[in-house]
Amino acid sequence: MFSTALTWSDLAFLAQGAGMTLAVTVVSVVAGTILGILFGMIRVELGAYWSAPLTFALDVFRSVPLLIQLVLGNALQSIMRLGWPPFTTSCVVLSLYTAAYCTEIVRGGISAVPPTTRRAARSLGMTWWQDMRYIVAPLATRVSLPSWIGLTLGVMKDSALVLWLGLIELLRASQILVTRLQEPLFILMICGAVYFIISFPIARIGGYLEKRWSPND
Amino acid sequence: MIEIENVRKSFGPLEVLKGINLTVPKGEVLTIIGGSGSGKSTLLTCINGLEAIDSGRIVVDGTDVHAKATDLNKLRRKLGIVFQQWNAFPHLTVLENVMLAPRKVIGLSKAEAEAIAVKQLTHVGLGEKLKVYPNRMSGGQQQRMAIARALAMSPEYMLFDEVTSALDPQLVGEVLDTLRMLASEGMTMICVTHEMKFAREVSDRVAFFHKGVMAEIAPPEELFGAPKDPELQAFLAATH
Amino acid sequence: MFNYTFHWNQAFKALPHMLDGALVTLQIALMSMIVGLACAIGLTLFRLSGNRILNGFATAWVEIARNTPALFQIYMAHFGLGNFGIHLTPFTALLVGIAFNNAGYLAENFRGALKAIPDTQTRAGRSLGMSSMQAFRLIVLPQMLRVAFLPATNQMVWAVLMTSLGVTVGMNTDLAGVTQELNARSFRTFEFFALAAVIYYVIAKVLTLAARALAWRMFRY
Repeated sequence: MFSTALTWSDLAFLAQGAGMTLAVTVVSVVAGTILGILFGMIRVELGAYWSAPLTFALDVFRSVPLLIQLVLGNALQSIMRLGWPPFTTSCVVLSLYTAAYCTEIVRGGISAVPPTTRRAARSLGMTWWQDMRYIVAPLATRVSLPSWIGLTLGVMKDSALVLWLGLIELLRASQILVTRLQEPLFILMICGAVYFIISFPIARIGGYLEKRWSPND
Repeated sequence: MIEIENVRKSFGPLEVLKGINLTVPKGEVLTIIGGSGSGKSTLLTCINGLEAIDSGRIVVDGTDVHAKATDLNKLRRKLGIVFQQWNAFPHLTVLENVMLAPRKVIGLSKAEAEAIAVKQLTHVGLGEKLKVYPNRMSGGQQQRMAIARALAMSPEYMLFDEVTSALDPQLVGEVLDTLRMLASEGMTMICVTHEMKFAREVSDRVAFFHKGVMAEIAPPEELFGAPKDPELQAFLAATH
Repeated sequence: MFNYTFHWNQAFKALPHMLDGALVTLQIALMSMIVGLACAIGLTLFRLSGNRILNGFATAWVEIARNTPALFQIYMAHFGLGNFGIHLTPFTALLVGIAFNNAGYLAENFRGALKAIPDTQTRAGRSLGMSSMQAFRLIVLPQMLRVAFLPATNQMVWAVLMTSLGVTVGMNTDLAGVTQELNARSFRTFEFFALAAVIYYVIAKVLTLAARALAWRMFRY
């Protein structure tokens, strides 16, 4: 009824590609989130005027195609004789890209904590850091989590672009198989299904959390 | 004339109207008082067909509101309703808000609709605010706009659903004045309200609703002066 | 640190060529938005129709568009359709892929915008004697367009950025494609792509600011 030239080792090859996708995603999201939290806090504490240079720099990452950023990143590390392998370059660029978006999410989350609440904390004698850790962090995380989940899924999808630097992630692995086996639709559908199966449930959870935690008007 | 015969309505397991019988002749001003959840607001939305009823009939000038054959859109032109939350159309100016239905529902020309709109807005005291967007006005002004919007359709009956409950205290007066004016002009009105003083002054009859039942209905002096129903007595004692 | 001489002259000399590419980029983005918008309107109507098949189709489109990479969608258009004997040019495949993506995201924007309009607005309109169609057309739809406008213009900026993915399927007439060709010939990767980045940045900023100005002018309430 339905025959395919696809072998188990081919599927293993795809799985390796998926592994690369996840690796790049995880590293970039972790690094990007840490940077995003840092930059977000800086933006809030410094205010719009003084953080303008930072805002501008991060805005660039959001207004230039990721593909161009990867090429530039690669060219730059080559010029600087850093000798980074493609994986490192990809993760660095993707981390900065993630950080740019994460900064806005973090900033929004911190700003959503009512200043009256924070003033109450300080009035009780808490230090700035204690206010941040015990009051702001839990509340801001609640507000930001749905958006952050959205960002993580976005980064996973954008990680497909690292194929341009030669990394064999899921989409590239699929393309290699297609070239060899000439069954484009079938293989690409498997590829799409993998992305979908990872992304869809997490997106649903994010949507559910957003509804559950949204303030009742 | 509005005839309400044995109307029952439930929201799921909760029965909100338990057999209401009421006749409102032309020209009468009827106020309905009662605690929350007594079914007062639900009755109004049943009269103009926004809510369906489970049993009974509501007949407006001979037309059964809930009959399948009834053209609700046409019927609603006769029944003006103003809600607690005025529901201004935010994307239109005050004038456009009032002109919209006369133009699109009745089919009047732009000039005719505008003339009517200006007349009604001046009538309610908003003649200076024609080109303003609703979100720039106070709640009292927006509510008066909602009244003008309903009046622009030349309704024969006006239904008011707690129209002052969402307003700051100092804005309540201007809206009540508008209602008083309409009553003195002979409009048939059914007002659900918490404003007892207003009810006393303006109504021809007052109805007291309690837990989905119309417990008592009488002219204001009788209802407020010599209440018969024990729940009504408790209610009046609590609200004075 | 930089044992490398930057040769910006070459990049600047190629600027007119790159700007031609930018024009193609804008063209593709615009066309993909028009097609995407039309499809999104259709998808929204399907979802509102109550018909299970139409609703299912629309939901499937939206969820696939939003849960798979845009590059995958472009690959599908370019390689995947080969199974059916349809061989699209790089230009068309890019256009189809981005339009598919746009439609999905825009349909979701529309859905959110519709949810944001309280149904008390419809009630007020119907109480004035309007039919459902009238209430939707005169009261809900104008407000929905206002809510959906900025997200839709955001999607347009995304479309511009997504056109760069065309190089992976052999596009060589848009900005990224042109830059890649220049790069292949001269190996001045950094200079050429840096200039391309600046052009993309300018386009993105101009579009964003124009959208905000337009929103302020049109919806000034």
